[in-house]
Amino acid sequence: MRAGQGLDVAQGGAPFIPPAKRVRRIMTLVLVALAPGILAYTVLFGWGPLVNITLATASALGFEALMLRIRRRPLGPFLADGSAVVTAVLLALCLPPLAPWWLPVLGSFIAIVGAKQLYGGLGYNPFNPAMAGYAVLLIAFPLELSTWTLPLALQQAPADLAATIAYSLGGAGTGGLDAMTAATPLDRLRTGVGLGEAMTEIRAAPVFGILAGRGWEWVNLAFLGGGVLLVLMRVISWHIPVAVVGSLALISGIAFFLGPNHYPGPLFHLLGGATMLGAFFIATDPVTAATTPSGKLVYGAGIGVLIYAIRAWGGYPDGVAFAVLLMGLTVPLLDTYLRPRIFGARRPRVRDGS
Amino acid sequence: MKRLWRFPGGLRLPGSKDLSTGGAIAPLAAPARVYLPLRQHAGAAAKPVVQAGDRVVRGQLVAAPSAFVSAAVHASVSGRVVEISDHAIPHPAGIMEPCVVIEAEPGRAGDATPSLGPVPAAGDMEALRERIRAAGIVGLGGAVFPSAAKLKPSRPIDTLVVNGVECEPYITCDDALMRERPEAVIHGSLVLMGMVEAGRCVVAVEDNKPQAAARLREALKAVVAGGRQDAGTLEVVEVPTRFPAGGEKQLVRTLTGREVPRGGLPYEVGVVCINVGTAAAVAAAVREGRPLTSRVVTVTGPGIRRPGNFEVALGTPVADLIEAAGGTTAEEVELIMGGPMMGRRLESDRTMVVKATNCILVTPVRTERSEPVMPCIRCGACAEVCPINLLPQQLYWHARGRSFDKLEPYGLADCIECGCCAVVCPSRIPLVDFYRFAKSEIADQERKRRSAEESRARTNARNARIEQQKREQEARKAARKAARRKPKADKAEAPEGEKQAPQDGEARRAVGGAS
Repeated sequence: MRAGQGLDVAQGGAPFIPPAKRVRRIMTLVLVALAPGILAYTVLFGWGPLVNITLATASALGFEALMLRIRRRPLGPFLADGSAVVTAVLLALCLPPLAPWWLPVLGSFIAIVGAKQLYGGLGYNPFNPAMAGYAVLLIAFPLELSTWTLPLALQQAPADLAATIAYSLGGAGTGGLDAMTAATPLDRLRTGVGLGEAMTEIRAAPVFGILAGRGWEWVNLAFLGGGVLLVLMRVISWHIPVAVVGSLALISGIAFFLGPNHYPGPLFHLLGGATMLGAFFIATDPVTAATTPSGKLVYGAGIGVLIYAIRAWGGYPDGVAFAVLLMGLTVPLLDTYLRPRIFGARRPRVRDGS
Repeated sequence: MKRLWRFPGGLRLPGSKDLSTGGAIAPLAAPARVYLPLRQHAGAAAKPVVQAGDRVVRGQLVAAPSAFVSAAVHASVSGRVVEISDHAIPHPAGIMEPCVVIEAEPGRAGDATPSLGPVPAAGDMEALRERIRAAGIVGLGGAVFPSAAKLKPSRPIDTLVVNGVECEPYITCDDALMRERPEAVIHGSLVLMGMVEAGRCVVAVEDNKPQAAARLREALKAVVAGGRQDAGTLEVVEVPTRFPAGGEKQLVRTLTGREVPRGGLPYEVGVVCINVGTAAAVAAAVREGRPLTSRVVTVTGPGIRRPGNFEVALGTPVADLIEAAGGTTAEEVELIMGGPMMGRRLESDRTMVVKATNCILVTPVRTERSEPVMPCIRCGACAEVCPINLLPQQLYWHARGRSFDKLEPYGLADCIECGCCAVVCPSRIPLVDFYRFAKSEIADQERKRRSAEESRARTNARNARIEQQKREQEARKAARKAARRKPKADKAEAPEGEKQAPQDGEARRAVGGAS
């Protein structure tokens, strides 16, 4: 203001307090919370996950930049928001530890170009990009996607970093691959149940550990830890993870109660496969998840039920991706019909206030 | 310990209140000129009762209420009425409205506050209400609804809530008032409690103002000791600091557990809610016969040299107030009337302090470029903090897409524009701007629809009249024909033309009047 003169004021009204959160901060915190799980995964399964993460992240950023350029959107803010990195890391964590380089790269392409940017970029994608990328890979390359390495503890000659990179880039060392791979605990379980083996028999296989799959149980616990951190830091709300874990525990618990010899206990499901990664990091993707509190509960519960159904009766290594994608279809419906009661909409019981 | 309830959502905000609570309320010297808008309140503008050239004394009525929901305006300085003309009122769009402009003549004899008359008897509700109306008292918390109109509730009231929450950051005028004039707040509250026949009265203070609460309790104790038995039903309650705890609906919920129905008012759940400043003004009007001619205003913010609270004559130019507070710290500043969450940006410092002005917030204009607005990622942070349980991101979506019909079921009309959603939005979307835009568009459409309906009704009525007229004419023609065929003996009657002419004239007038 110059004395006695009118003011030059910018457009826009109250509030005049600048927002504290940033999309970038949210994405960064998600990556930080993923770290314990990634660490456990790497320690227990070798260098593979890190190589996959690196390839997926680099290619995701490349595809994001390319699409932003083509769509004439500013590169800076959208590359820095961290959403492409989160998508890439989640996708990479779903891939087998030892995977040829083109799997994470192709997955990133499908996720970023196909599932995200073609729909309008950040905030406009109807489906979880990481899961869309993974699902397409799974359908197109079922063999590569179900060839999982054993935990390091069960391998005779674990691949070091150089060998892992060499395998990823050139398929070198495939001779030893057979010795390193085996059915995952979830696969072993399905096969065993199919053959009519008793649960005790199945659980005695070397791929099983104390609580669930060998190695997997610790990876899941690490993701659970990171996820709880996200809830405590209020980056994500508790509704979806609690609903996913709760419904999965409930349905597997009922099955276990009815036939303990034919069904594994709830702990096996909760700490097996990608349950915790899915419950805390994938199903909670804000863009594609339900947004209302009750909608989130239904969405999460649906995912839990579908995970169980696909694991028990489906033909895929795990059910998280399809469960998330299928429930994603219901989000517009959930958001429309499961809205919170507007304050004052129905008069609650009038109670005396003193 | 009184039980408190929780309202949905809300935010803990940095208070920034220390800035302006250092000193006592400083009376501001009478400005050279005051500009008194005829409408400083909700409802119809007041009707001027003075003319240019008139000499007036402080406290003299210059404009009288023109309707039930309207409020009196009094001279806030003694002097001469210069003109009644349009001036920029404190509105973000810089709207001009008629104001009584008074040039102060400080030395003038009779520079005293004229009394509104003898103190009405405590039980005479009608006289008390009339006094409050005559004193020009409106809700000083910001809604500026004429208080007298609020004090005749059509349903029984059990609780009077006196609102000293002041939840907006930076603002401390109510805090200062409660600390320095607690007895006025208590006395005003007692008067109001009697008027609405409430069984109890709660003076609510946010728990970040312990001094104010303590001073109110001391004053209350003194009043009780002085023999006022009804004061025993009055209590001072501290409510948790969480914006917007001072919102009427939120406060009623916090104190009573009741929800004011959508689109409704607190009296519907047996509560009347009055701001502490209003209560103090009521005490002044009822006990001392003083009309509302000044109010406490906080001048604060990083852009002002000596922030503080001032007792300011209504109509004082904002520029005078800023000068009294030591001027601005930067060449270019932004002026906000009200707080940072719900205040309004002022176009210029040439606008004036009105009854609604609780705070002038001064901030240096930011030079760095603000971060870009990102797309909504549907994170739902906005919904978590909404005190009305709305879905701000859905409202945003439909407002942006201009699908206004979808906004009604999502409760746009319930939005109190508290700004919590915009403050937590990680994508920095100016959500409230979209809601204000949608609300004004919807109001505009509604106006257009109504005027179209009215003109359609007018056209229909006109067509009906013409039709009726035609029918009547035909009936008359038929009657004439029939008459001609009748025997000649009937011709003795007066000529038909004379009879018909005035009728036609009437019909024509009616048609003309409608078109």
